[in-house]
Amino acid sequence: MTTVDTSAAPQPVAAPAPPGAEPTGAAPAAAEQGAPRPGRGRRARRVPTWLLRAASPVALVALWQVGSTTGAVPDRILPAPARILDGAGETLRDGSLVAALQVSSQRAVLGFALGAAVGLLLGLLVGSSRLADLVVDPPLQMLRTIPFLGLIPLFIVWFGIGETPKIGMVALGVSFPLYLNASAAIRQVDPKLLETAQVLRFSAWRRISVVVIPSVLPQVLVGLRQSLGVAWLALIVAERINADAGLGYLINNADQSMRMDLVVFGLILYALLGLSTDGAVRLLERWAVRWRPAVAR
Amino acid sequence: MTAPEATSEETRAGAVRVRGLTKSFDGNQVLHGLDLDIAPGEIVALVGTSGSGKSTLLRVLAGLSRDHTGEVEVPAEQAVAFQEARLFPWRRTLANVLLGVPPGTLPRAEAEQRARDVLAEVGLSHRLTAWPLTLSGGEAQRVALARALVAQPRLLLLDEPFGALDALTRITAQRLLLQLWERHRFGVLLVTHDVHEAVALADRVLVLDGGRLRHEVVVDLPRPREHGSADAAPLAGHLLHHLGLDA
Repeated sequence: MTTVDTSAAPQPVAAPAPPGAEPTGAAPAAAEQGAPRPGRGRRARRVPTWLLRAASPVALVALWQVGSTTGAVPDRILPAPARILDGAGETLRDGSLVAALQVSSQRAVLGFALGAAVGLLLGLLVGSSRLADLVVDPPLQMLRTIPFLGLIPLFIVWFGIGETPKIGMVALGVSFPLYLNASAAIRQVDPKLLETAQVLRFSAWRRISVVVIPSVLPQVLVGLRQSLGVAWLALIVAERINADAGLGYLINNADQSMRMDLVVFGLILYALLGLSTDGAVRLLERWAVRWRPAVAR
Repeated sequence: MTAPEATSEETRAGAVRVRGLTKSFDGNQVLHGLDLDIAPGEIVALVGTSGSGKSTLLRVLAGLSRDHTGEVEVPAEQAVAFQEARLFPWRRTLANVLLGVPPGTLPRAEAEQRARDVLAEVGLSHRLTAWPLTLSGGEAQRVALARALVAQPRLLLLDEPFGALDALTRITAQRLLLQLWERHRFGVLLVTHDVHEAVALADRVLVLDGGRLRHEVVVDLPRPREHGSADAAPLAGHLLHHLGLDA
C-alpha cells in the first residue's frame, strides 16, 4: 500500500469547501516562488479555480430545473430542484431535519470513533510487532473479504434492532481501511530516522512524537478518508433497519408517503455530510504534509 | 539508551579506549580483537575499503551495535553524524537542532539560544525556519553537524559525513569542520573512504582491513592544509598503497 495523495484531484462538488482554503494555500506559494507558475493561470484574468470547477455542476442543476419546468423530466421520477428545496424548507420548519441530523450524526460519530480506535490500535500493533502480525493479521484479512454490509442480518440477530447494530455497522466499515493503512504506514517508518532517534537518546515518548507519528500520519489520513466514505455508506444502509429516527427514517417515511422530493433531499444530505467530512480530512492532510516541498509550493 | 560501556575517570575527560574489540554478524567475524585510542581533542580518520568494518566500529562506539566483546570506553558526551543528514523532515531547521540537546539538560529558552548559536556557527542563521527538504545537500549536512554539536560533545563520530556532497561543497564542509574543531576541540573519529580527506583533516589515519587495524599514518602537517599539497600527496599515496591501490 502506498501513500496516494488524492488531494491533487479534487472532486467536482468539493468547490464550496475550498474557497476559504484555496487563497491561503496558494498565496505563500506565489511569494515563495517568485516566478509565475505555468498552469495556475495567466495573471490577466484571474478567475479562481474553484469557481471554474463549480460552473458545470451549477449548469447541470439549471438544466435539470429547466427540464422539470418544461415537463421533460416528470416530477414523479425526479422532482424539480425547486421542489426539493421547498421540501427541505418544510423539514427545517417542522424540526424533523434537525432531529434526523442529530440522531444520524450521533450514530456516525459513535460508530466512527469505535471503529477508528479499534482499526488504528490493531494496525499500529500489527505494524510494529511480528507476533501480532502473525496472530492478528490473518483473521482480519479473512474478515476483510466479507462484504460487511452483508452482515446486517447477523447483526440484527446479535444486537437486535436498536442503535447497537447501526453503530456496529459503521464501526466495522470504518475499522478496516484504517487498520490496513496504519499497519502499512508503521512498517514504512524510516529505520535511519529511528536510529537517529537512538543516537540522540530520545525517550520513548519523544521517539513516538517526533519520529513515528509524523511518519505514519499522511498514510493514516488516507485511511481516514477511505474510512469516512465507508462510514457514511454503512450508515445509509444500517439506518434502514427498523428506522425510527435519523436520516434513514426521514427517507423511509418520505418513501412511504410518495414524497420523492424528500427522498432526494435525504440523499443530498448524505452526500453533503460525506463531502464535509472529506473536506475536513483533506485540510488535515494538507497540514500533515506541509513540510513536503511539493505541497508547500 | 545509555552510554555504551563503562566510563572511567580517563574517558570522562573525552578519550576513547578500545581493547580487544571483536564483533561478528551471523558467524562472520567483522572486527578482530581491535585496539583503538583517541586522545581528547584528537582527530582520527579511519579509512578502509567497503566491508572492512569501519562503519561497524563507529556503530559500536556510537552504542548502535550490541553483542560485541572486548573493552569499549567512550565519553558519554558524544554525538554522531552520518553520510545522510537524517534530519526529521517535518521539523524545521531550528527544531531539528534543538532535538540534539539532550532532554532535560537545559531550560527551553537556553537550549534554543544554544541551537541558534550553533546554527550561526555553521552559517545557517538565515535558514532557521526552513523545512529540511528545501535545504541543499550541503546545508542539510551543516544542520546535521549543528544538531550533533549542540550537545557540546567531547567526541564526534562521523560516518562518511561528506561522502554525499559534491566536490566543492565537500571542501567547504571540511573547512567548516576544522574551524569548529579548532574552537571546541572535541575528539573526532572520521570514517571515510577518501584518503585525501583523511590526510587533510586528521592527526592520525588508521587503515582498517579485514576487521584489523593494519597501518597507522601520523599526519604531522600544520593546519590548514592545502588540498593536494606537496606534503600531503605522499601520505595519501602511502595510504592508497595500503588499501591495495597503487597510484
